[in-house]
Amino acid sequence: MNRHLISAADLSRDDALLILDTAEELAQMADRPIRKLPTLRGRTVVNLFYEDSTRTRISFEAAAKRLSADVINFSARGSSVAKGESLKDTALTLEAMGADAVVIRHGASGAPHRLAGWVRGSVVNAGDGAHEHPTQALLDAFTMRRRLGRLEGLRVAIVGDVLHSRVARSNVRLLHTLGAEVILVAPPTLLPVAVGSWPCEVSYDLDAALPKSDVVMMLRVQQERMNAAYFPTVREYSRRYGLDSSRMALLPEHAIVMHPGPMNRGVEIAADVADSVRSTIVEQVGNGVSVRMAVLYLLLGGSEAQR
Amino acid sequence: MTDRTGPGLAGQDQPAWLIRGARPLGGEPADLLLVGGLIAAAGPAARGPSAHDLAAGVPPGTQVLDATGLIALPGLVDLHAHLREPGREDAETVETGTAAAALGGFTAVHAMANTDPVADTAGVVEQIWRLGRRAGRCDVRPVGAVTTGLAGSRLAELGAMADSIARVRIFSDDGQCVSDAVLMRRALEYVKAFDGVIAQHAQEPRLTDGAQVNEGEMSGQLGLTGWPAVAEEAIIARDCLLAAHVGSALHVCHVSTAGSVEIIRWAKSKGWRVTAEVTPHHLLLTDDLAVGYDPVYKVNPPLRTAADVAALRAGLADGTIDCVATDHAPHPLEDKETEWQAAAFGMTGLETALRAVQEAMVETGLLDWAGVADRMSVRPATIGRLDGTGAELHGCPLVPGYPANLVLYDPAVREVVDPAAHASRSRNSPFAGMTLPGRVVATFLRGTPTVLDGKLAW
Repeated sequence: MNRHLISAADLSRDDALLILDTAEELAQMADRPIRKLPTLRGRTVVNLFYEDSTRTRISFEAAAKRLSADVINFSARGSSVAKGESLKDTALTLEAMGADAVVIRHGASGAPHRLAGWVRGSVVNAGDGAHEHPTQALLDAFTMRRRLGRLEGLRVAIVGDVLHSRVARSNVRLLHTLGAEVILVAPPTLLPVAVGSWPCEVSYDLDAALPKSDVVMMLRVQQERMNAAYFPTVREYSRRYGLDSSRMALLPEHAIVMHPGPMNRGVEIAADVADSVRSTIVEQVGNGVSVRMAVLYLLLGGSEAQR
Repeated sequence: MTDRTGPGLAGQDQPAWLIRGARPLGGEPADLLLVGGLIAAAGPAARGPSAHDLAAGVPPGTQVLDATGLIALPGLVDLHAHLREPGREDAETVETGTAAAALGGFTAVHAMANTDPVADTAGVVEQIWRLGRRAGRCDVRPVGAVTTGLAGSRLAELGAMADSIARVRIFSDDGQCVSDAVLMRRALEYVKAFDGVIAQHAQEPRLTDGAQVNEGEMSGQLGLTGWPAVAEEAIIARDCLLAAHVGSALHVCHVSTAGSVEIIRWAKSKGWRVTAEVTPHHLLLTDDLAVGYDPVYKVNPPLRTAADVAALRAGLADGTIDCVATDHAPHPLEDKETEWQAAAFGMTGLETALRAVQEAMVETGLLDWAGVADRMSVRPATIGRLDGTGAELHGCPLVPGYPANLVLYDPAVREVVDPAAHASRSRNSPFAGMTLPGRVVATFLRGTPTVLDGKLAW
């Protein structure tokens, strides 16, 4: 495996399966009375969050703590970042503090690439702009495999704002590597112009895609898209691309419904769908901790073994 | 304020130079005698070590430069450079920018108007012009802003800038597009009174809100906001039609797409007064360089695809694109050592332009050296109105009676580009680490060397 996890494209099929299998083992531990492993004792993991994302930060924090790592949370708000310190200077500071891994969430695509050039520790991308969110894709794949028993040949519909979605990019790359078939479903305005070159199918018609799908993953519609002419009104978006119970009925019986959160109930997903038995949304959160433990374990444990 | 005597306009006291064995425009070796700022004589190269054809006319004290194997071109003219002074002297000054220009083989550069304060009054353009005279290594031709403060709302005093001692002829809001169609029409009409030209930065602002890289496969992969080709092409098409409608002259800055080349080819076929430039980086580099998110490759307009590069090269070769202009845009390190979207747009280019053009156009057989001279000296001098009867005459033939503005260039070497060695105050060269052909050996401005042996002559 690479030293960093910045893009799902960094992962070979074997790398990805190793992470999922390791996560499976670590997930068993969550059921034990003592959930902590001593593996990363003495190692320091910094959570460097330039965007508010409580759920992702807590997930990484829980993962690192269950592996006994020391965790430092560095939030952009109220720190020197708010005073205009550059990413490079922050990186050099973390480097001087001896961070073994930096988990970064940043609003600018490519910020983790830049960071990786300035620190010696491992960089884990926890979401950068509209680029990637590889641990989200890993936890999604993990959830699919747990529910449906396989990934190879699985048909996955990813629905919504693909243009601005780091979740969609990471999922397309990872699921392609793992042999699943992805179909992106969105209004044409919310697809990249060159999406034809991506390793997946594209459709504008959700109703046509659902009967063939084993998994449907609904993407969040960001507030700022709603007033920028990507679609006429939220109601029209919801009618054409929202998942309600009548649409859910078009899915095959075994199919699952996913959402990376946070949801806009009543916009891209109806409340009764989100709360239905097909929904894996709460499960995804729990699986996130296991997958992030596996990532930290393999990135940091691996480098320990090399020493 | 006094001018340095070396490259002054009078030139009576300057020593004469005899350049031996250079190949004018890549042709047969010849000797060139420079006296009093002019080319005094030119003839076939000498055969023996001491005697030569020009011997009779060589005044005492003449310095001799052995230019065997070197190509002689008329001094290069850049229509588009950001010298950053006044306002951003941390990035570049007229002094350092003209030093970089001389080292790149230029004898005249046009200084873009987006300084602080903006070059939108006679006072500011005269200040920049004087800074150029004082630096002395290169003629600095200020470009005047089209609109006050580059704000795109009302015309700057174009006539006052034209009538000033800076004699401004090119007007541009470069960095910003004059997107208002009425304002663009009026600007084109107004400058007809003093033979001016409007140089447009073609970028439809609404289509490029927050744009970071060429919109295409790379923008989709990288999750960076796309800068679509149509945002350039739509403005170029509109402006060609406006220029035709009012019978004025339009110059299109930094053409970057295949579609733009087609539109300009069509406009020229109608006989309309449209000219265009392309940058060295758009002739050589493509958008896939953004893959590592290193903002040294961030530029506006953005690097495009290989198909665009091929079309730009073909357009420059067939004359659809009139000239190469650097869009030299120096930035201090801290403005590039950031996340991609926080970084400044722009690349340095003065010191690498001729080498990049050799790589893109000569090594590929698309242009010969006469063609390079045409696209980098003759045509830009014409567009900048430096071909008339004024003291600042550029783009002239290398024959007796014309000002001795010329560059001696060794096309045979290949070297790695090292921005640390550049005279520019900034280091943001996209060619850093690339091996490019060629080396500027000497540059002469009105008979006085500004560069000798590849180094500044003073």
